[in-house]
Amino acid sequence: MSDTMKWNRKHLLGLEDLSREEIIELLDTAEGFREVSTRSVKKVPALRGRVVVNLFFEPSTRTRTSFELAGARLSADVLNFSGSSSSTSKGETLNDTALNIEAMGVDIVVVRHSCSGAAYQLSQVLECSVINAGDGAHEHPTQALLDIFTIRQHKPDLEGLKVAIVGDVSHSRVARSNIWGLQKLGAEVYAVGPSTLVPNGLSRLGVKVSHNLDEVLEEIDVFNMLRIQKERQERGLFPTIREYAKLYGLNGERMKRVKEDALVLHPGPINRGVELTPEVADGSRSVILDQVSNGLAVRMAALYLVGACGPQGGQVESQRAAGEES
Amino acid sequence: MVTPDDFGSLYQRWLAGIRQTTDTLEDWALVGIKRRGAVLARRLLEDLGGSAGAGGPGPAYGELDISLYRDDYHLQTGAPAVLGTEISFEVEDKSIVLVDDVLYTGRTVRAALDLILDFGRPRRIWLAVLVDRGNRELPIEANFTGEFFETARNDRVQVRLKEMGDDYDGVDLTSFVEAGA
Repeated sequence: MSDTMKWNRKHLLGLEDLSREEIIELLDTAEGFREVSTRSVKKVPALRGRVVVNLFFEPSTRTRTSFELAGARLSADVLNFSGSSSSTSKGETLNDTALNIEAMGVDIVVVRHSCSGAAYQLSQVLECSVINAGDGAHEHPTQALLDIFTIRQHKPDLEGLKVAIVGDVSHSRVARSNIWGLQKLGAEVYAVGPSTLVPNGLSRLGVKVSHNLDEVLEEIDVFNMLRIQKERQERGLFPTIREYAKLYGLNGERMKRVKEDALVLHPGPINRGVELTPEVADGSRSVILDQVSNGLAVRMAALYLVGACGPQGGQVESQRAAGEES
Repeated sequence: MVTPDDFGSLYQRWLAGIRQTTDTLEDWALVGIKRRGAVLARRLLEDLGGSAGAGGPGPAYGELDISLYRDDYHLQTGAPAVLGTEISFEVEDKSIVLVDDVLYTGRTVRAALDLILDFGRPRRIWLAVLVDRGNRELPIEANFTGEFFETARNDRVQVRLKEMGDDYDGVDLTSFVEAGA
């Protein structure tokens, strides 16, 4: 069965423990799913009869919607469970909440939580598959995969590509997942931002640390501009939004100096005029909306791959021993 | 089962049968099931005067990846590789010749039919298979068959095609003898 995936993971918790081959397999699978969204019937029956639960303990619109639509396009039933409006506010623990939901017969739980390690914890107590949709400042694997997928569309070979992650790298799960994923594919990752948000210790992850965007501007192939959280300023990590924008924002002036084929990514939602000026966000180097549509394909691939290795998958392998040429 | 020497005449007989019907068609398409069915469909396309590019003369052309339509996803140890479906023509009201290398249980063809119908409502679908090895599990039959072979369920039938990296064109049968027999 040479056409069967080498993927044999029940969960997708982060990119740190995935191999280069597994990451490539996920990206290639997502490539195959892109076409589904171009059909008149935008639905395939792969996960028919499966149940996917979005278990979100942090507010999120685009990630949750993206997973919801990805599940729907695979014909799964998708339930949304938001932590703030439910039992957790009545004192139920994360494990209990998840076990209760799983007891309804769930195949895949997609979890977002403000605590690092929440997805891993659920993968230890639940029978079903777990996909991490963001845990604290730890990882957000599908976001990094869609970022890398988008980069690969424009620059197929990531070997030696210089990717700058600009902004609050220290608190960012998006940054952490990107760093793991990009480095495994051979890219050179720069972390750029003020020293309060990009501490020098990040170089232990193998990234080049810079506190001056203008110094590295001309050598970078891809800019991934992280969203800046206003509450970081309230905590005194940088003086003002305006100063941050001036030092670390991409604007028309800086775009004149970057490489001709440089790409601009942003995980959203954009603070217009902070990380990016509108002319950059809507400009020809911006692939931000591609990221959103690619996110759907990447999440379909993630659901499809872990679903096949979940509790129902893989138990009756002998049944299709000779089925290859059927 | 079919030596490289015999493969040519088997293919020509199959092609001639298909041509008899497709010569009478106007708005039609060849659609191959990945991967070996698609390789054969590309050969047929060339011999029937078509081109893979859109808007050329002859039939339209497409390739199907049925992995998302399989009925055994839940039985697998891993997910089947997603190769991508490429249908760039309008399926609505088209006459379609669906091509695969081996017809066995019929489950692949069932999946391919469902996949095509998700793109639109064709006028008619014919099924062309190079080899029919029997042992159907669904009520599905081919319109154009290169050759029928009586096989046991445990046998393995493989169509060899140079485009797939095989050393020769041919059809191989491997019989698995029960352990201890």
